[in-house]
Amino acid sequence: MRGNVPIYDLVSPKSLTEALKMLSDKPGYYRPFAGGTDLMVVLEAGSLKHKNFININSLKELRGIHVAGSHIDIGACETYSDLQKHPVVAKEFPSLIQAGAETGGLAIQNRGTLGGNIANASPAADSPPALLAYDAHLKITSSKGERWLPYSQFHTGYKTMNLAADEIIAAIRVPRPAAGTVHFFQKAGTRKAQAISKVVVAGTAMLKSGTIEQIRIVVGSVAATTKQCLKTEAFLKGEKIDDKVINDATAMLQTEISPLDDIRSTAEFRRAVTGNLLAKFLTMLR
Amino acid sequence: MAEKKSYTLAVNKKTFTVKDYPMARLLDVLREHVGLTGTKEGCGEGECGACSVLIDGRLVNSCLVPLAQVEHAEIRTIEGLANGKTLHPIQDAFIGWGGAQCGICTPGMVMATVALLEHKKSPTDDDIKTALAGNICRCTGYTKIIDAVHAAADKMKGMP
Repeated sequence: MRGNVPIYDLVSPKSLTEALKMLSDKPGYYRPFAGGTDLMVVLEAGSLKHKNFININSLKELRGIHVAGSHIDIGACETYSDLQKHPVVAKEFPSLIQAGAETGGLAIQNRGTLGGNIANASPAADSPPALLAYDAHLKITSSKGERWLPYSQFHTGYKTMNLAADEIIAAIRVPRPAAGTVHFFQKAGTRKAQAISKVVVAGTAMLKSGTIEQIRIVVGSVAATTKQCLKTEAFLKGEKIDDKVINDATAMLQTEISPLDDIRSTAEFRRAVTGNLLAKFLTMLR
Repeated sequence: MAEKKSYTLAVNKKTFTVKDYPMARLLDVLREHVGLTGTKEGCGEGECGACSVLIDGRLVNSCLVPLAQVEHAEIRTIEGLANGKTLHPIQDAFIGWGGAQCGICTPGMVMATVALLEHKKSPTDDDIKTALAGNICRCTGYTKIIDAVHAAADKMKGMP
């Protein structure tokens, strides 16, 4: 291990109120630490720059899945395994379940949290595309109070986000999809488990007598942030799916993304696969 | 700099109080403070599963868990499986079916199998592949590990 353990502090407050007070008393001094599946990797590689952390993993205020009539609230420290075990989430949010089941292996899914996956702000993360496709909203809390933010406004650039130093993501709210919603989620990685994605595409759609009434298309790993493809969505609304529409939408999507060459893949491969995955999603709507 | 603190945790049903830094890895705590070296370090970044243990019944990578997060937790390691000189049926099956060769991945594979068989008495090949997907073996080619898990499941049927 290259990380120097003694220089890192991890303090365990007894309540969310206490955690928020610690964050607001010395803004920027502490950062939240949840399941640790990303931060410990960076620490062990010797490249974790921040030194002082607050252990929020066992705070019960950040746990729990609450089902309401129109939406579900998921505590930010719920793990991927918790989501998979929840009957309503499993039934109504198949893309979120699939994203969780394809994140790492079981040992990672038992530890990694939904809030952590969001706040880690990797453009290659698996659950954010599903959350954005489901039009999630975030409950963000600080000692000053709480605010709600559409998830679409959270990621502001590569690893930057709409979250102040004294704030914590407390919960994720997802509206319950209407009956008849078509769900799509597919990740392309080197292998099924433990792989970081080369491309992720998530989508939801609703048809009305054969035409697209509502559609959301979200991509991961092909831009600086998880990205909702608004231009392609606008083009598809009101269309009836045929070969030409699929080809045109695919071409349009490929202009909306900005993939890079990196250790996991090439821009060319990512562009082609993103298009293919959209075509697969749209074929489900024929 | 952080300060060393005392943390109390249960390992294989025995209580230990250890003094170390809050960000010390559970893996190192087990090996260096508790003296249980059965849990191995492979990659040290949550990719290989060699360091798998159970925390409160859930499979985790002990290299990714800081000590401060296991205060009062119940840890189960490979050393907690055998009953005196009698091996656990999963250990027996890994030996009998050639599921272990060099042995580095074996403690993690066995712990992942414990986690699987506690929830699924008759796993399919797919169940086994999913449950062990986070555990990498470079010797066996996995076929014999899958055979061993099926054999262990058969042995454990009807056990309390």
